[in-house]
Amino acid sequence: MNARSAPPQTSAEAKIAADYVGARLSLPGGHAVADLRDAAFDAFMAAGFPTRRVEAWHYTDLKRAMSEALPIASPPSATSILAQGARLASLCPRMEDVDSLRVVLVDGHFIPALSDVVRLPQGVALHSLADALAHGDAALIEALAAPGLGQGDAALALNTAFMQGGFVLDIAAGVDVVHPIEVVSLSSSVAAQAIYGRSLVRLGAGARLTLVEAEACDNGSIEQRNCALVCQIADDATLEHVFVPAELSQGSTHVAHLLASLQSRASFNSFTLARGGGLVRRQVFLRFDGDHSKAQLAGANLLKGRDHCDTTLIVQHVAPHCESREYFKSVLDEEATGVYQGKVIVAPGAQKTDGAMKSHAILLSDGATMNNKPELEIFADDVVCGHGATVSQLDEDQLFYAQARGLPKHDAEAMLLEAFVDESADRIENEAIRAHVIALMGGWLAARRRA
Amino acid sequence: MAAVQETVDRVKSVDVDAYKYGFFTDIESDKAPKGLSEDTVRFISAKKNEPVWLTEWRLDAYRRWLTMTEPDWARVEYPKIDYQDLYYYSAPKSSPGPKNLDEVDPELLRVYEKLGIPLREQEVLAGVQERRVAVDAVFDSVSVATTFKAELAKAGVIFCPISEAVHSHPELVKKYLGSVVPVTDNYFATLNSAVFSDGSFVYIPPGVRCPMELSTYFRINEQNTGQFERTLIIADKGSYVSYLEGCTAPKRDENQLHAAVVELITHDDAEIKYSTVQNWYPGDSEGKGGIYNFVTKRGDCRGARSKISWTQVETGSAITWKYPSCILRGDESRGEFYSIAISNGRQQVDSGTKMIHLGKNTTSRIISKGISAGRSNNTYRGQVSAHRKATNARNFTNCDSLLIGETCGAHTIPYIEAKNATAVFEHEATTSKISEDQLFYCKQRGLSAEEATALIVNGFVRDVLQQLPMEFAVEAQKLISISLEGSVG
Repeated sequence: MNARSAPPQTSAEAKIAADYVGARLSLPGGHAVADLRDAAFDAFMAAGFPTRRVEAWHYTDLKRAMSEALPIASPPSATSILAQGARLASLCPRMEDVDSLRVVLVDGHFIPALSDVVRLPQGVALHSLADALAHGDAALIEALAAPGLGQGDAALALNTAFMQGGFVLDIAAGVDVVHPIEVVSLSSSVAAQAIYGRSLVRLGAGARLTLVEAEACDNGSIEQRNCALVCQIADDATLEHVFVPAELSQGSTHVAHLLASLQSRASFNSFTLARGGGLVRRQVFLRFDGDHSKAQLAGANLLKGRDHCDTTLIVQHVAPHCESREYFKSVLDEEATGVYQGKVIVAPGAQKTDGAMKSHAILLSDGATMNNKPELEIFADDVVCGHGATVSQLDEDQLFYAQARGLPKHDAEAMLLEAFVDESADRIENEAIRAHVIALMGGWLAARRRA
Repeated sequence: MAAVQETVDRVKSVDVDAYKYGFFTDIESDKAPKGLSEDTVRFISAKKNEPVWLTEWRLDAYRRWLTMTEPDWARVEYPKIDYQDLYYYSAPKSSPGPKNLDEVDPELLRVYEKLGIPLREQEVLAGVQERRVAVDAVFDSVSVATTFKAELAKAGVIFCPISEAVHSHPELVKKYLGSVVPVTDNYFATLNSAVFSDGSFVYIPPGVRCPMELSTYFRINEQNTGQFERTLIIADKGSYVSYLEGCTAPKRDENQLHAAVVELITHDDAEIKYSTVQNWYPGDSEGKGGIYNFVTKRGDCRGARSKISWTQVETGSAITWKYPSCILRGDESRGEFYSIAISNGRQQVDSGTKMIHLGKNTTSRIISKGISAGRSNNTYRGQVSAHRKATNARNFTNCDSLLIGETCGAHTIPYIEAKNATAVFEHEATTSKISEDQLFYCKQRGLSAEEATALIVNGFVRDVLQQLPMEFAVEAQKLISISLEGSVG
């Protein structure tokens, strides 16, 4: 926020620059995070929204999608919270057979009144981002900044500059959180708005947690979401994470960042189910800081209409003896565009790294497009790394086989597609949550069959 | 086994900095003034006695080049090139135009002897039922000798320096030059269009199967010269040709620039097999000197059922930046890319291919084997794309990397883009070092560590070596062993 800022190139960037000037001091954290925000804002203004000229955004033009910058969502009023509470149960019913602890966010802001805060077990601390920043120390701010992850990404810099809503969840060392924590995000406004959320989850040594992020949006308004989740996983800790972004309306943009770092012998398993809705960019930055850790990033992308969904992963092996797995399935119908970019970087010294990455896509229509870019960048010799990528249509022989046994073509297709995408959900360890995700995917396929 | 043993012996006999082809031959040469300007372009054009349209074509390229910027997306690093500090034209003094081999400077012929090029026809005529190879030798900027011309002419094949083709077959040159790699394709191709000096021109008439392998040997000799050759091969309907190029350069402390353009065109049912054994001087073990190999190679399968196959063995150059590509325009056309890229010392390789599927039922296959050793970086960068109308496009890609030593890097960057539901693309890549199990197995059977490594490396690249014409497979194997010296074992 000073003379160093480059002049904005588009009207959206100009609007964002003006918004920042106006909001800067009222954003949570005040002076404690002002430097962090300013640096991020300068970085964003210098780069502007990423275009396809930025290699990490080779297939997604955010600058074009962000032709205008929507007003930033203000914290919800008391009446709005009441209204959201009333429709919470219908809009986002509880998962079957999962006794989860709910954390409710409205327009990105943590609402304790709607959340199961009293049920939180010992050793679990939950605060809103604003509260955490107000009482937070330097360690918290550093953790939120996630140094070394996603550096140079303009969309993440924008999130850092504007981070407004979100929560900070701390699990003390050795605590095994039996009930999954389910973060439900709702949108209150029917007016078009921009939401910038930043949340932090810290697992102490040996802690265990299952975290589900579910977003719901039914009001048909256009949103520009730019939210980030930072996960810090200490030695021997285990985090299972499932993310189901909202199906926003066409014209919306949704950038969802996940920044994870793992210490020694830690385990991280993350699954994303994307069902389209405007432009979706899922980007994961993951780094192994300690040895003998394991991480798995899996997901399914079910896209139709003019959906554009971009999954970009950057996995950095810094420590030796770690294992990473990436496994993604995409089904693309009508004029949808799917993007998968996965990059595994093995730094010098990260010996005995074991990395495997797979991306499989099925195109159901001639108008659909799939772009795969699986990258390996390896600077250590004693490693085993591989990737595979396939694109094809449904197998004619399989279809014929199913039809020959009396299944109508539509049902045969649905069955084959179900088998194809369910394989990705098999990576979710929690059985009940896996069943829930499979049911969501089944719903998408059933809707397609009816259409 | 014999070949493996040869590899091992080779490794033993050569020490780290030995580059077999690093001799410099003192031949008087005729150079253009240093630096690049419209005058240089006109000078080159005048030297070649070119028609006006070609001079204008060059000048247009030069003017466009001035507005372009050097690409920086490849994973290579080098100090900025001063384009005004280069000679853009250098010809051996014995020009103009040797009528036959006897007129060629004997010193020059000795150079080729040292290189082991079968330039002298009598070698073949002397007996031994070997397959014959017609050679076009390009020394610095000028094509000095083309063999077997008469016999090729009998078959209707045109094989001559491109500077000659401009005069003898202007209609063909005019029609095809720049039709695959447009003048403004990229920075280095545009530079080449402005200042290209010579290269080979091949035209195979309809229905003719070229009676022998065609070959070009490129050598950069003169100091501070850039070599900008231009190759144009046209295979008319139903014809076939196999073409091989080999490259060497003397050892020098400073870097030399090589920016070539190769254009291939196949009409209906035609096939071109293009093989490269690239062994430019790679610089010493500290990265001093060596060739910058910035090359644009592209084939256009214009006709239905046509085929273009690229095979490359890349062992030389300080920096390699090349992506031999296929545009699969004709229905049922086929593109292939087989590559072995080896980097050692401080070499940087950024190479790969593009398979652009435009026609229906087109197929392509990519097999890439990268081996990095020493402190080198070896990148595979490839693109496979199917456009909206490319029904039933098929691609199979396999890129494997082998790492020898812990200070090298191996990278894989494929772009796989499908815009058609009937496209089937498969891509797989692996990176690993030579497995302990394999080494143990070989050693248990009495092989030394060096022999075992040589055996495994040979096995690793075998898929690609098999694609090379017989005569060059042996040579390529020798090159591989020389390139890996100092890192094996």
